[in-house]
Amino acid sequence: MRIKLEKRQTPSTLMLVATPIASVLLTMLIGVVVFDLIGINGQRAVVDIFLTPLLASYKWQDVAVKAAPLIIIALGLSVGNRAQIWNIGAEGQYVIGALCAAGVGIAAGTAGGPLVITAMVLAGIVGGAAWAAGPAWLKTRFDVNEILSTLMLTYVSYQVLGYLVGGPWKDPNGRNFPATAPLAENQTLPILFPGSTVHLGVLIAVLLPFLFWLVMSRSVFGFQIRVVGSAPHAARHGGFDAKQTVWAALLIGGGMAGLAGSLEFTGALGAINLGFPSGYGFTAIIVAFLGRLSPIGCLIAGIVLAVTYVGGQVAQTTVHIPNSTAGIFQAMMLFFILASDILIRYRVRVIATAPKIVAGE
Amino acid sequence: MSPDFIIAALMTVVGLTTPILLAGLGELVVEKAGVLNLGVEGMMLMGAISGFAVTVFTFNPWLGVLGAAAGGAASSMLFAVLVLQLNSNQVATGLALSIFGTGLSSLIGVSFTGRIVIPFTSVFPDALAKHPLFEVIFGYSPIVYFALFMVPAVGWFLKSTRAGLILRAVGENDHSAHSIGYSVIGVRYAAIAFGGAMAGIGGAYFSMVITPMWAEKMTAGRGWIALALVVFAGWRSGRLLVSAYFFGILMALELYAKASGFSVVPSQFWAAMPYLMTVVALTFISARGNAGSNAPACLGKPFLPSN
Amino acid sequence: MLPTARLDLSGITKRFPGVLANDQVSFSVKPGEIHALLGENGAGKSTLVKMIYGIMQPDAGEIRWNGQRITIANPKAARRLGIGMVFQHFSLFEAMTVLENIALGMDGKIPQRELEAKILAVMAQYGLKLEPHRIVSTLSVGERQRIEIVRALLLNPNLLIMDEPTSVLTPQEVEQLFVVLRQLASEGCSILYISHKLHEIKALCDTATILRGGKLVDTCDPRVETSRSMAEKMIGGSLKDIQRGEGRALGRMKLEVSHLSVAGDGPFGVSLKDIGFSVKAGEIFGIAGVAGNGQNALLLALSGEVLASTSDAIHVDGVQVGRMTAKQRRLAGIASVPEERNGHAAVPEFSLSDNTILTGRDRLGMVSGGMVNGAAAKTYAGAVIAAFSVKATGPAALADSLSGGNLQKFIMGREIMQKPSVLVVSQPTWGVDAGAAAAIHQALVDLAAIGSAIVVISQDLDELLALCDTLAVINEGRLSAPMQVAGANIEEIGLLMGGVHGDPNAPTKLSEEVVHAY
Repeated sequence: MRIKLEKRQTPSTLMLVATPIASVLLTMLIGVVVFDLIGINGQRAVVDIFLTPLLASYKWQDVAVKAAPLIIIALGLSVGNRAQIWNIGAEGQYVIGALCAAGVGIAAGTAGGPLVITAMVLAGIVGGAAWAAGPAWLKTRFDVNEILSTLMLTYVSYQVLGYLVGGPWKDPNGRNFPATAPLAENQTLPILFPGSTVHLGVLIAVLLPFLFWLVMSRSVFGFQIRVVGSAPHAARHGGFDAKQTVWAALLIGGGMAGLAGSLEFTGALGAINLGFPSGYGFTAIIVAFLGRLSPIGCLIAGIVLAVTYVGGQVAQTTVHIPNSTAGIFQAMMLFFILASDILIRYRVRVIATAPKIVAGE
Repeated sequence: MSPDFIIAALMTVVGLTTPILLAGLGELVVEKAGVLNLGVEGMMLMGAISGFAVTVFTFNPWLGVLGAAAGGAASSMLFAVLVLQLNSNQVATGLALSIFGTGLSSLIGVSFTGRIVIPFTSVFPDALAKHPLFEVIFGYSPIVYFALFMVPAVGWFLKSTRAGLILRAVGENDHSAHSIGYSVIGVRYAAIAFGGAMAGIGGAYFSMVITPMWAEKMTAGRGWIALALVVFAGWRSGRLLVSAYFFGILMALELYAKASGFSVVPSQFWAAMPYLMTVVALTFISARGNAGSNAPACLGKPFLPSN
Repeated sequence: MLPTARLDLSGITKRFPGVLANDQVSFSVKPGEIHALLGENGAGKSTLVKMIYGIMQPDAGEIRWNGQRITIANPKAARRLGIGMVFQHFSLFEAMTVLENIALGMDGKIPQRELEAKILAVMAQYGLKLEPHRIVSTLSVGERQRIEIVRALLLNPNLLIMDEPTSVLTPQEVEQLFVVLRQLASEGCSILYISHKLHEIKALCDTATILRGGKLVDTCDPRVETSRSMAEKMIGGSLKDIQRGEGRALGRMKLEVSHLSVAGDGPFGVSLKDIGFSVKAGEIFGIAGVAGNGQNALLLALSGEVLASTSDAIHVDGVQVGRMTAKQRRLAGIASVPEERNGHAAVPEFSLSDNTILTGRDRLGMVSGGMVNGAAAKTYAGAVIAAFSVKATGPAALADSLSGGNLQKFIMGREIMQKPSVLVVSQPTWGVDAGAAAAIHQALVDLAAIGSAIVVISQDLDELLALCDTLAVINEGRLSAPMQVAGANIEEIGLLMGGVHGDPNAPTKLSEEVVHAY
């Protein structure tokens, strides 16, 4: 008996949709087992991490606010990944985007209103894109691998953050704590539902996937991205410029990450301190994969991962597991989705070994 | 600049370099076999907590190092199964391993917070190891000497042994190696396990030598530097040693800047230096077209036998 | 007493999902015999031979070696028996030396110096020239094949299997190979020679076994059979001659290439040097040459994937296109079909419909306002499928689900139905079954008949001689002077392919058999 992989004629749509769902469910299952082994109430922990945020309505706003940056960054990353361009530095672009928004805010002083806010958000997009432009230039000009260049710049961005909030941009009234001065009321994003924390960024995060879907599936640019990622020589044959694609992919990825950063800053936090980089840029990579690199998939996957973040905080208080545990679950979901990738392209067949050649025939 | 200061500085550099040298050597072998494993950070942390835990229970740091190697290798197997048997995307799988290893080590480490492990006893007599001058050469933990030994060992393995030749062949042209009859998957499993073990020992250096304590995420991104190191060194073990020490010096400069309050340039500048230098170096290497010549041709590509 | 066959196959059968690759194949090979295995692509030759070499196991049937029933479990076991194989696609490691490559191919561990001595001895014995310490990427294709041959010879083989060895060689290199093979056979080694080149088999082999569709058609003596009769057995029908209109008048100049020079791609790429030729409306211009002499570079330069250094290097319908991008060139009327079907001419994971968007979107008006008209693409794909009898489930079928011949028909159809002024195709029937190949040839002839200019780049000299009006040879990035096909001198073409330029007193002389086979 051996297992044989047989290539399918057309990729299985069933598997395309079923595997993310299966990945989440499997992760939950294994989570129960692992926690029970360590001596923690597995069922309680998993329910708190995955289900409580969905069922407890007072947690929905937390999920929404956490999902917004994840979805927006993942949208940008999914475009790049589809073109086989690996932007691992979204976290850095997120930070720099937020810093640029903060810079505009500081320059505006006490001025506020829609114009100022828009300027801050736009600055965020430009800042994030600019932070990705370096790697784009290095890749197109010198063929420097973007995985390493974007990643290295993430660590540089932490230092830029440290320098700015600990130095020139430190809040003078902040008791020497390295953080920017909090934004004024008229410098923050409007709240969608009065009394909640759901800011305008959430709405943007819900609408953008549809825009991305339209572009990716119907436009020439979307076609270009897909061809470049699938068959680079065919892309060139079809008249698509490889370098232009690299620039587009990285600028979009950086711009979206920067947008997420500025929205988080102007909508949720109002100030930036050393704890600002919360790992959204890396988690968004998981979101993009779980969402199978499709815009609507990113929307759903972003919500799922936001649930685990919020759930992780709940579980911290109910079953006393550390915050970092959410990372384990997120990574597990990624493992499962990557493992199941193969089921979409190949069918698994169990084959009996060939009959033995009978002697004397 | 007293002699004491110079000696302390040199010893600091060695201490900063050793973990990335170990992880870098491991990753070099993995990449030479054609696999890109981005999970180094996660494997280092798993090694760190494994080594720490084993030492706590056995009171034997030597067993601890073995435990660290085992922990790193075991976590690398997660990656190996996905990438080699299921042909999953190597970049994403490696990333997942990094995130997973970071999270799992934190979870396991919760019960070890605040504990201390027994340090290594030196392999050299105290007269040399604790001598104010000679300690520069003899005063290090055994892991340092192991790392230095592994540099020529890996080089010799790759260049002069048949097994090393086969490993290089697998990384160079996996289909041809398969046609000849070599087990591409078998070789890659072995390489990945080696990489995991080395990363694990590198991680243990943090939890058992630099500080005899555990703290979550204590490798602070050094695993990523080890990745950059392999490319920077052009996949050559001798160059890896030099490059690792170069980075070690940069990291030492950051510490010095922070500690001495040297404020001409903010300390963050030095902290950013290793990463910026990596980008600069990558640019030079790629621009000279050298990245092509020694990079294994199959790096990162999944192996799909045609039968 | 009859000599025992060295290798005897009886009733060998092998099944894959959806196809019966070998169906009850039986034949035998004697010691010292050069035995041809003849058949089209997909006839089952490669599968059969993989089972002899131990890469696969038959589902049914027996293999006997020197009279004894055996199972050949894997290539190592095959080598231990004395079976060596030289594959069509070499298993070489570009970044390593000749010596390291041969060492990798050996089963046991041999100290370097001893191995080197053995290699030099074998090379001397058979007149093969190679430098042991050269890096493989610097070697020519013929030299690389020699590494494979030396590897096999070091085994002291009793049976040497050669899989399509001459597809990458010049006529002179083919001759040299035949000398080696004849010497081996005279020493008692059996040779199993896989090919679809009839004239070579007639020149070299004692026996020929013909496969078609997995079944054995005949075992015959190629020295007695005619090429035509063997071809008909291979194809299973009578050969149709291409319908060409007689006395076609060639029209005005459609494509003019002058002083086209392009730097090579990467350190080992071939650069184009001062290429010049022209093609009139209705003319089919052939470019012959052994693989790796700049054919792909030339196609990229003409399609616009690589830009020329000056805009007047290439004229289409009198317009300078040298600096135009691929998109602009398509609009200017030049279409192309590269050599690599899956991955270059078409995207394997995309549907046929999407693949029409790849090259047809601008010329056929499928784009407006940055958005693609999916329905238009689907309609066009359907039209191509119908007109060119492409066996596919429809426009939504994925490109890599089609057989080689059908995909090639689709790609040809996609370009031809855009009615280009100039069509450049590279290896149009490589790896394509005879039926599809004939359809493609006819389509090219029909396109020329309505006034397009066609350039055919091919390694298959037979194809070029049947199709083209004019012929030139590309060698190391340089193009020879064009010559009329009618009355072309095969010997001269062979010399040009091998890099000897037009010297009638050239030292190497092709043997009578090779010349007359054309």
